Amino acid sequence: MNQSLSPSFDLTGVTSVAPVLVVAGLEKSFDDRAILRGLDFTISAGQSTALIGANGSGKSTLLKCLVRLVEPTAGRIEMLGRDVRTLSLRDLRRFRAQVGIVWQRHNLVPRITALSNVIHGVQARMSGPRSWFQALAPEVVRAEAMACLDRVGLADRAMARVDSLSGGQQQRVAIARMLMQRPAFILADEPDASLDPQTGEEVMELLLGLVRQDGLSLLMISHRLEHTLRFSDRILGLSQGRIALDLPTGQADAAELRRFFDHPEDA
Amino acid sequence: MTTLPVPPRFRVVGLVNYAVVLLTLGLVVSSLAATAPALGRLSYGVARLFAPSGMLMQMVPPDFTRIVPIGWKLLETLQMAVAGCFLGLILAIPFAILATDRLSPHPIVRQVARAVIALFRTVPDLVWAIIFIIIVGLGPAAGVLAIMVDKIGFAGRFFAEAMEESDPGPQDALRAIGASRLGMIASAVFPACLPSFTATSLFALEKSVRGSAALGLVGAGGIGVDLKVAFDLFNYDEALAIILMMLALVVAVEQGSGWIRRKLI
Repeated sequence: MNQSLSPSFDLTGVTSVAPVLVVAGLEKSFDDRAILRGLDFTISAGQSTALIGANGSGKSTLLKCLVRLVEPTAGRIEMLGRDVRTLSLRDLRRFRAQVGIVWQRHNLVPRITALSNVIHGVQARMSGPRSWFQALAPEVVRAEAMACLDRVGLADRAMARVDSLSGGQQQRVAIARMLMQRPAFILADEPDASLDPQTGEEVMELLLGLVRQDGLSLLMISHRLEHTLRFSDRILGLSQGRIALDLPTGQADAAELRRFFDHPEDA
Repeated sequence: MTTLPVPPRFRVVGLVNYAVVLLTLGLVVSSLAATAPALGRLSYGVARLFAPSGMLMQMVPPDFTRIVPIGWKLLETLQMAVAGCFLGLILAIPFAILATDRLSPHPIVRQVARAVIALFRTVPDLVWAIIFIIIVGLGPAAGVLAIMVDKIGFAGRFFAEAMEESDPGPQDALRAIGASRLGMIASAVFPACLPSFTATSLFALEKSVRGSAALGLVGAGGIGVDLKVAFDLFNYDEALAIILMMLALVVAVEQGSGWIRRKLI
């Protein structure tokens, strides 16, 4: 697993560890429609950052731009010491291997086992048939995948077909697959969106555990005010493609945050 | 309560649409008039078929005296179908990958792959058999190659459609991990498409068994040669025996593939 970076937090929630993500002047337009309009922010190692904003504010686009699943129009992205925008396709593949993504939908491969799905995470650092299915994987990879499943509490369901698992269990398998990557940075796009409140909370606790215990950095889109306040060290608020709020969670005022949610009464 | 305007029951159809409908009807009527058999001639022909000296009457009872050599030829027909189908399905996979929007490395490659699949599908297997007889000579090898090419066209199209319709989410997730294109296809695309691939493969096998019987008519091996000879020599009772044995083979393959489909899908 990852080496702990042991960040130290000061009273404002800002860490003294060097930033792992620097975004400067980031812009993205689709045709003539500007989605991101010059974003500037940094994220320090071992920090859990919540990204909030109403529908259409550009949250998901920002996350995709960070790993170039969507190409930015302008600006600079420096992540894990790499200038993301100048990476060649080959280097981009290697860079993406260091970034774990938890999607709103689990995006697991149906019809195959949870273990095979987790083993897919090793494709970040290994290619060839031995990373395609659990039956072909080397013993060391199978053991690591089992350890990842155990971490999310699903070691006993390793050989179950993922489509036979509940929504919460599937999301946990997706997190185990992400752990198999051995990422240094986690991007999470509303990981609790399709889950019931109880299961959503368990998933969020799991993600925060990775930040606290393994020293990983987390940037998550959050659509629940309660989760934003409980599971983040810092809050970034996006509005109309701009950073409209940036403050440590400890200083956040719930009433002020509500304007960043589509349904404040449910948030 | 305000009264809302009620939409009309039927949409007004433009002049162009009327013209298209009339043209289609005209094409159907003229085609029937030009090519459909006259009713009198048809009834006369059917009556001749059932006459005491007619072909159908000479067919019964079927003559199974040559059941052993016919059985071996039937086995050869099945072997041609299985071998041709297997080779065709294997080769259809790369063609299908190259023809799929999401997986093809370049739009030009995709268009070329689609054109090749369309060509293989459009040319009838009897024509492919004649071409391969010229290349490898008379016999089952030409039949196997003809079935193979036909199956690349058949399965290539359906495999590509299945991959096109598969959920892009798992593929995107693996792409985001940094997986290679081959890893993404093997790990995410194939497992998701497996039911569709299996169904297509079994239909391809059924089609191959039916088709391979006819390939012998042009000399490409299998039971078709014996059937042609039986008709040429007016041995209609033996021809019926061959037809019944072919029917039994086709039904057995269809039942078997249906059973596999139910078990796997």
